[in-house]
Amino acid sequence: MADLPPRLAELVEDFSAVGPKDRLQLLLELSQELPDLPERYADAADSMEQVHECQSPLFLAVEVEDGAAAPDRPVHLFFSAPPEAPTTRGFASIMHTGLDGESAADVLAVPDDFYVALGLGQAVSPLRLRGMAAMLARIKNQVRARTA
Amino acid sequence: MALPADNDPKLADYAHPERLVTTEWLAANLGSDGLVVVESDEDVLLYDTGHIPGAVKVDWHTELNDPVTRDYVDGARFAEICGERGIARDTTVVFYGDRNNWWATYALWVFALFGHEDVRILDGGRAKWVAEGREMTTEQPKPATVDYPVVERDDTTLRAFKDDVLAHLEKVKGGTGALVDVRSPGEYSGELLHMPDYPQEGAVRGGHIPGAANVPWARAAAEDATFKPRADLEAIYLQEQGLSADDDVVAYCRIGERSSHTWFVLTHLLGFGTVRNYDGSWTEWGNTVRVPIAQGAERG
Repeated sequence: MADLPPRLAELVEDFSAVGPKDRLQLLLELSQELPDLPERYADAADSMEQVHECQSPLFLAVEVEDGAAAPDRPVHLFFSAPPEAPTTRGFASIMHTGLDGESAADVLAVPDDFYVALGLGQAVSPLRLRGMAAMLARIKNQVRARTA
Repeated sequence: MALPADNDPKLADYAHPERLVTTEWLAANLGSDGLVVVESDEDVLLYDTGHIPGAVKVDWHTELNDPVTRDYVDGARFAEICGERGIARDTTVVFYGDRNNWWATYALWVFALFGHEDVRILDGGRAKWVAEGREMTTEQPKPATVDYPVVERDDTTLRAFKDDVLAHLEKVKGGTGALVDVRSPGEYSGELLHMPDYPQEGAVRGGHIPGAANVPWARAAAEDATFKPRADLEAIYLQEQGLSADDDVVAYCRIGERSSHTWFVLTHLLGFGTVRNYDGSWTEWGNTVRVPIAQGAERG
């Protein structure tokens, strides 16, 4: 996947290099690495956008730095999902690891179906993956709105 | 050999108390011969973050469903799933899971299609076990594989297909049959399909099957994820909704998982004689050409 930012491409590579069982293990590890929210998002339900397509409650916030020309501005991502939703946390962690700090243009250039290459369909089920597609769509919408 | 039933007084009120066990009962019986505890969750990774000691995992998406056809696995695959988890035909299987046992009842229902006799639910599920501070572990059990017979699934008694539901509509009109739509009021009325920008439920039409009562599945659960006491359940399903235990009932939701929870409540807790789960549910009905649909809050 030529269009992926380097850390996201690396994740895709990590996932596709192993079998379905180890992909789950990788996702579990990522779920444990999702950073805590900064204080300003303490009240997630009021200040963040809910991703309804996720089976478990997930909230996300997108910040775009000021300054540079709009396409070059770095994007920062914040996620909130409960510990009882490790799969959703894992998806969020993929987004965070792969996209946080990338430029608005690079985030918008991520193919909407990039997650197919993670090969999680078999391990997690295509239905559950819908949540990840929705997360990316909502991130892009927010990036567009903040750089318009 | 089946394990003895839990004689807890709350459970005794239900129509089939032997279908439930309390956390106390399970804690006391963990490790018994003839018992296998199965965790079935919405979240495919939750078991791996910690589970009841000795419990095995069954994932409905990736294990109970056929990977190609929209159907459950066949008898041969089911026998493998059970056998490799140490479940024999006469094993007592106690299911528990997240989200008010939503997916635990779903797994139990699939086991019931295969006629596995002794299937029970841990009342309160994972949430109650955790809330009580009971032991959890990440250690994966390694059960010795046992023989499970290849049993043909019975799709006629507990399961309804679209044609069965079409035929059932006459009974609903005549007052001898009932339909229970266990989705949220927004899905029932048809509103949810019209949310802008985002595809909702994978159905091209919104609304409900005409005549269906709307009882969101989670109304049967109490705050602590246990099933509500029998009197409270009767107040909802019998008094409020006008259902009766001798009705011929079909329950449905979006793909048949939430409705398996209601199937369990009506069948085992309230003693309804004939309850089928329509697993095609709204993702089939709402995509089918020329089937009747009602919209709005009324049954229609």
